[in-house]
Amino acid sequence: MHPAISVIFFTVTSGAGFGFLALIGLGVPLPEGGVGAFVAALIAGGLAVAGLISSTFHLGHPERAWRAFSQWQSSWLSREGVCAVITLTLFGFYALSWVFFDNRIGWLGLLISIGSAATVFTTAMIYAQLKTVPNWNTMLTPLCYLLFALASGVLLAASFGYWQESGGLATKLIAVFVVAVAWGAKLLWWQAAGGNTLASRGSSPETATGLGFIGKVRLLEKPHSGENYLTKEMVHQVGRKHANKLRLIALVLGAAIPLGLGLLVLAAGLPLHLLALAFVSLIAGLFVERWLFFAEAKHAVSLYY
Amino acid sequence: MTSLPTEITGKKLGLVIDLDTCVGCHACVVNCKEWNTGGYGAPLSDLDAYGADPVGSWLNRIHTFEVTPEDAPAQIVHFPKSCLHCDDAPCVTVCPTGASYKRGEDGIVLVDEEMCIGCGLCAWACPYGAREMDPVENVMKKCTLCVDRIYNDNLPEEDRVPACVRTCPAEARHFGDLGDPNSDVSKLVEERGGMDLMPEQGTRPVNKYLPPRPKTAPAVEPKTTKAKKLDAKGFLGWLDKTLEKL
Amino acid sequence: MGVHDRELNTSPHVSDEVRKTTCYMCACRCGINVHIRKGEDGQPKVRYIEGNRDHPVNRGVLCAKGSAGIMQHYSPARLNKPMKRVGERGKGEFQEIEWDEALELATQWLSGPRKTDPRKLAFFTGRDQSQSMTGWWAQAYGTPNFAAHGGFCSVNMAAGGIYTFGGAFWEFGSPDWSNTELFMIFGVAEDHDSNPIKLGLAEVKRRGKKIIGVNPVRTGYNAVADEWVGITPGTDGLFILSLIHELLKMGKVDLDYLLRYTNAPYLVIDNPGGADHGLFARDKAGDILVMDRASGKVVKASKKGVKPALQGECKVSRKTTRPVFQILAEKYLSDEYSPENVTEKTGVPVSQIKRIAQELAEAAFEKQIVIKQPWTDMKGEKHDKMIGRPVSFHAMRGISAHSNGFQTCRALHLLQIMLGSIDCPGGFRFKPPYPRPVPAQPKPHGNAVAGKPLAGPPLGMPRGPEDLLLEEDGVTPQRIDRAYSWDAPLSAHGMMHMVISNAHAGDPYHVDVLFMYMANMSWNSSMNSRGVMQMLSDKDENGEYVIPKIIYSDAYNSEMVAYADLVLPDTTYLERHDCISLLDRPICEPDVMADSIRWPVVDPATQGEGRDVRGFQSVLIDLGARLGLPGMVNEDGSPKFKDYADYMANHERKPGVGPLAGWRGNGESHGRGEPNPNQVQTYIDNGGFFEAHVPDEARYYKHANKHWQDWAVEMGLQDGPVENVFNLYHEALAKFQLCADGKMEPQPPETHRERIKTCFAPLPIWYPPFEGEGIDEADYPYHALTQRPAAMYHSWGSQNAWLRQIHGTNPLYVPGKICEAVGLEDGDWAEISSHHGMIKVPVKRMDAVNVNTMWTWNAIGKRSGAWNLDPDAPEAKKGFLLNHLIHELLPPKGDCMRWSNSDPVTGQAAWFDLRVNIRKASDQSGPVEPQFPEQKKSRPAPVNVEYGKEWN
Ligand SMILES: Nc1nc2c(c(=O)[nH]1)N[C@H]1C(S)=C(S)[C@@H](COP(=O)(O)OP(=O)(O)OC[C@H]3O[C@@H](n4cnc5c(=O)[nH]c(N)nc54)[C@H](O)[C@@H]3O)O[C@H]1N2
Ligand SMILES: Nc1nc2c(c(=O)[nH]1)N[C@H]1C(S)=C(S)[C@@H](COP(=O)(O)OP(=O)(O)OC[C@H]3O[C@@H](n4cnc5c(=O)[nH]c(N)nc54)[C@H](O)[C@@H]3O)O[C@H]1N2
Ligand code: SF4
Ligand code: SF4
Ligand code: SF4
Ligand code: SF4
Ligand code: SF4
Ligand SMILES: [Mo]
Repeated sequence: MHPAISVIFFTVTSGAGFGFLALIGLGVPLPEGGVGAFVAALIAGGLAVAGLISSTFHLGHPERAWRAFSQWQSSWLSREGVCAVITLTLFGFYALSWVFFDNRIGWLGLLISIGSAATVFTTAMIYAQLKTVPNWNTMLTPLCYLLFALASGVLLAASFGYWQESGGLATKLIAVFVVAVAWGAKLLWWQAAGGNTLASRGSSPETATGLGFIGKVRLLEKPHSGENYLTKEMVHQVGRKHANKLRLIALVLGAAIPLGLGLLVLAAGLPLHLLALAFVSLIAGLFVERWLFFAEAKHAVSLYY
Repeated sequence: MTSLPTEITGKKLGLVIDLDTCVGCHACVVNCKEWNTGGYGAPLSDLDAYGADPVGSWLNRIHTFEVTPEDAPAQIVHFPKSCLHCDDAPCVTVCPTGASYKRGEDGIVLVDEEMCIGCGLCAWACPYGAREMDPVENVMKKCTLCVDRIYNDNLPEEDRVPACVRTCPAEARHFGDLGDPNSDVSKLVEERGGMDLMPEQGTRPVNKYLPPRPKTAPAVEPKTTKAKKLDAKGFLGWLDKTLEKL
Repeated sequence: MGVHDRELNTSPHVSDEVRKTTCYMCACRCGINVHIRKGEDGQPKVRYIEGNRDHPVNRGVLCAKGSAGIMQHYSPARLNKPMKRVGERGKGEFQEIEWDEALELATQWLSGPRKTDPRKLAFFTGRDQSQSMTGWWAQAYGTPNFAAHGGFCSVNMAAGGIYTFGGAFWEFGSPDWSNTELFMIFGVAEDHDSNPIKLGLAEVKRRGKKIIGVNPVRTGYNAVADEWVGITPGTDGLFILSLIHELLKMGKVDLDYLLRYTNAPYLVIDNPGGADHGLFARDKAGDILVMDRASGKVVKASKKGVKPALQGECKVSRKTTRPVFQILAEKYLSDEYSPENVTEKTGVPVSQIKRIAQELAEAAFEKQIVIKQPWTDMKGEKHDKMIGRPVSFHAMRGISAHSNGFQTCRALHLLQIMLGSIDCPGGFRFKPPYPRPVPAQPKPHGNAVAGKPLAGPPLGMPRGPEDLLLEEDGVTPQRIDRAYSWDAPLSAHGMMHMVISNAHAGDPYHVDVLFMYMANMSWNSSMNSRGVMQMLSDKDENGEYVIPKIIYSDAYNSEMVAYADLVLPDTTYLERHDCISLLDRPICEPDVMADSIRWPVVDPATQGEGRDVRGFQSVLIDLGARLGLPGMVNEDGSPKFKDYADYMANHERKPGVGPLAGWRGNGESHGRGEPNPNQVQTYIDNGGFFEAHVPDEARYYKHANKHWQDWAVEMGLQDGPVENVFNLYHEALAKFQLCADGKMEPQPPETHRERIKTCFAPLPIWYPPFEGEGIDEADYPYHALTQRPAAMYHSWGSQNAWLRQIHGTNPLYVPGKICEAVGLEDGDWAEISSHHGMIKVPVKRMDAVNVNTMWTWNAIGKRSGAWNLDPDAPEAKKGFLLNHLIHELLPPKGDCMRWSNSDPVTGQAAWFDLRVNIRKASDQSGPVEPQFPEQKKSRPAPVNVEYGKEWN
């Protein structure tokens, strides 16, 4: 599949945003109110919103984006929109009372956490639902999306440095731990992806054309000598070697560095603010991971090209 | 509404495509473009039409496959592909806006371009590559089964068929109600063993494909006949006898 | 969610008006309904083009090209105004001028040669569909140097057929689709009958009958064929003669048919070294003789009730003579033609040859069909039924575009005739006005005289050596293209592919004016395109162009336009009057005599800013009048015809017969009748065409059918009954051999004698294609071919925004075996070399092809900048022409001769004799080579196209 920057940016940043929102909602220790709270709220909401906005960049008609809320009964994309908007609205109120009245409304926070999880889940399901892309078509996809959202959220939250007071090393370790778990899930996903192929779903040029009963099927001539929307959008492929290199980069940026930093910070008892670096590195890693998520995915249409 | 229709008439309009006679001439492709660019919804536009990288939207395309049997020379199959108007159309259920829908009255799958936000998800959901985002208008285009022809009172009765069907010089495209077991198309599918494309995708396509008839391989031996082969002399003898009879 | 879920107007307005005319996106000439609808600017615009259901040619269907007519008509490459060259030839730098200036200039240039030496005008008209008019113009002007594209197209097919049985494939006949039991198609990708063939194949398929495709490449028609014969290029003759060998061995020959309709019983003089060797035995009165098999006596072939022998030997005035059939049987029964002996050369397995011969015999004789339709033959004998031998054949350039094509076409017709399957139910059928054997065709005319018209039409069918167009010396050609000379005695369509080359070489002479129409001669239409571009721009020692003046009419900014000094912009096919005449290449189907017109369904003046174009035929008539050519001016010297439309209605070729057959006289009479001033309008009112149905009793056996003959005379197709004896054995060819033997006048030069002796065999033979003989097999072990893409018409489809997306580039398709041998994979670049040159092209592997044959789509490659396309257009950078490898001359033999790369009998360009070698290119990146300096655009092209936006 064609890895569109807008979509990569959207899934990664909004993931981080909603991850953070979820933790805020759960009431993790953060500035009590005022400027500190404002900054936290801004970062969380900002990331989520920025992601959503960028997602509209790949729309042919962004001005009609509002229509996307109508089909929540059947469409994961619609549901994602609905969840995102509800969650962010609720967060609006939550933030107000937090910033101005130093009051983090617990029950509201809980709703926001659930909403955030739902939003990330629905985002993931947009891809996970597609039978046409076996790589994506697994529950491991939402799992990864959720865990990465959580991991980014945790690193963000932790980097505000309010975890010193409350809790001991255990709680702090979580920050590092979640990152490890998330990548563990992703490794599983990659593992599975190797098996989730069109072939494993019984699809091949032979079934795509119904000509298997005659013999081996091979494309001789594309319908048109040039490219078309389908080849540009769905028949994009990266070479194995290339992909493996990129996976390594993703792991270094997204896993090794954040984990390393995390452990260092904890072990050496350095200020948790340094975890911000870990967060940045994780996000960088996730950009690469997400690029591969698309670029490596093989669409059924490729059987015709 | 982008759930699949719950009330249906049982009518399933669609195409039956004969891979045994399709000569890959592209007549249906271009006639489809020509009819639809001035018809349903936005034009089928062409980006950089006279330039170095022209890309246009089309509703129907012809692939050419080479098929190699175990024991015979490779053969060529010309393979037309447009929307199959699936019963379980994933392109419909994924649509967030309700622009993509399947008609209960005849099963035609359409895009209401006024509502389309051009997210492209339906094209991702279609296993067959039957949907194309218009490069200039940025709305999703797909085969309409010529819904603006088949019921069109401004056209003579006999012309109320899809443009591609009317124009195909090789009779490789047939249009009709595949929901009616007694329709000509259903019978054709019955007789010729019409196939679904990628049944494993569970889309339950309405359009069917008729497989190529078996070919004779060069190596097939001639019949062994008793009639003895004539040499020059024998031939002239035969000539005599036969001329007697004339 | 009810059943009626959405509001949707299912009856939108389609168009304001439907205008019926004739398509010209190719030469098939289908009927079209052009839907006209008002555009934004309030002017009529083309909304949609569909096939005309009533039309005899396409019966409602429309091909890809026809469906893309809108994009052709509105092409940004359209020429809008007459242009005068300002830059050097080839650059494409022009200045737009007014029509008056253009026409005066043309008149001035053309009047010179007419006064001094009319041959100095070479008038060649490419894809012309008005040859009966352009030829008539050339005749009136007085130059023998006229021809259209036939010579490089498929003259072998036309000549091979007409010399053999008075008809041919091409457009002159077609299989009896609805009755045939077995159909064999040789060397066809598209053919001119684009839609009819597809409709026919569909019918044969529907009827569940078998189709056999003989073709090195298994695409298109050969892909749907039930059996494929992947023959080696240039060897069909051998394959066919082997089938005949098998049929003779099985005794599966229709003797009754041979006796009735062919020269099988004619006695041939066997007198080696004599001046009559190989000629028919004749009596004093000159009547051909046969031997009566009852009495053994020698009698006139025409004698009533004679039962001629097909075998034996007898003396006629002390000379040994034998029936044609005896000679034929001996020849083809010999082992030379046994499947075992031809399998290696042809690449066709023995089993396949034998089985196909069996299947032919079975279909012809076991599945004989009988139509209860009484008819009377020309001898007056009454028949109560029509017997059919339901095997049919079709063939085109695959067998004709070789230097042995004439004989191969003859061989195929011989096969049809031996099976008794010509113009019978289920067999091959003549299309009116055919059958038209050589005696019913004009002879070629030359002997140009200053200021005078020619005695007859420039082109025709020589009866024998006596009709060649040679100077007094009996050797020097009269024509610039060397047609009707010893190079190609029966070059019935001329040799357009040699004109520029000969005019440049001054062989036989130089010309003043080269006047061309509708032929992209500086590109896809020529062999050795690069060389031709050079010849067109070469200058002599005084800095004058070697070809001094070039006038050219085109409708679009093609590669050829760049080489013209004066460009006459033609209209598109939707803007002009045209006439698809029975005097020309007709559009009839076996059961209908038909002709048709084009008319301006849109007026050029409304079709774009500053559009000022004129139909070429109208311009030609105007020029004719300005030159005062006979037939084009009245006594007082005033123009006889206002324009082409006027000519179409009022010109008479002979009393009562004109360009259009329908609604003559008062509008009641057809075929013959006074000119009818309302004729063109009547055509328009009747859908743009006229058709008359062949009477039932005349439908078959036209070559011998009294009812047909009477009807043909009544319809003005011929002036009296035409005798038509099928020439299994061709006496005219024997005469050429006698000339070559020095036994008959005129005599060819020494250089030509040997090849005339071999190639003019009076019974069909096979000999290896010339190019292969001229090179070392080891250097060029492979064959390379082109095919017509169904969705592209030669060069002119590339300006079409829709068609160019389908074929914007063309790889060379290379057999898997060769790919593996030279290490090529899909997308690699390879260097292809021939004895003439080298090209660099992208390749693609293919297995459904003859193992020694590579091929590509024809005419996709374009010169950078041509057709007003982006200079970096894929057509220019990834598309290529095979023509750069094909020379118009054969590999030099060291005899200092310029041997044309053509069939020695007809002059047919031998495109498919090409031999090549291939290797992986050292530099694995584009563009294709050769590249040429960019041609200047005539105007900018828009970026995006959103056709029809104003209507939705
Ligand atoms: N390698 C290879 N070369 C081949 C062949 C092959 O098989 N292989 N085939 C050969 C054969 S058979 C043929 S017939 C030739 C065909 O080649 P050409 O005869 O050159 O045919 P085109 O290139 O289609 O068109 C010739 C010109 O007609 C112009 N034209 C189009 N419409 C109009 C019109 O309405 N009015 C006027 N005045 N001009 C118009 C086009 O712009 C173009 O410049 O190619 C030959 N060349
Ligand atoms: N769409 C479209 N239609 C056209 C044209 C066009 O440009 N486009 N051009 C028109 C013109 S001008 C012409 S002349 C006709 C020509 O119509 P065709 O005769 O169909 O011409 P080609 O496309 O050259 O096809 C030649 C075929 O012969 C095969 N062949 C080559 N060598 C041999 C051989 O030795 N033996 C056998 N058995 N086969 C061989 C080739 O593989 C190819 O399939 O088409 C006309 N129709
Ligand atoms: S028009 Fe008919 S034959 Fe031609 S490509 Fe389309 S389906 Fe095939
Ligand atoms: S073919 Fe594709 S677009 Fe058409 S209905 Fe089926 S899934 Fe939808
Ligand atoms: S592109 Fe249009 S039709 Fe397709 S899913 Fe998106 S909104 Fe629906
Ligand atoms: S049915 Fe109509 S829209 Fe669909 S492919 Fe045919 S012509 Fe195009
Ligand atoms: S075959 Fe196609 S292009 Fe040629 S005349 Fe017919 S419709 Fe037009
Ligand atoms: Mo041609």
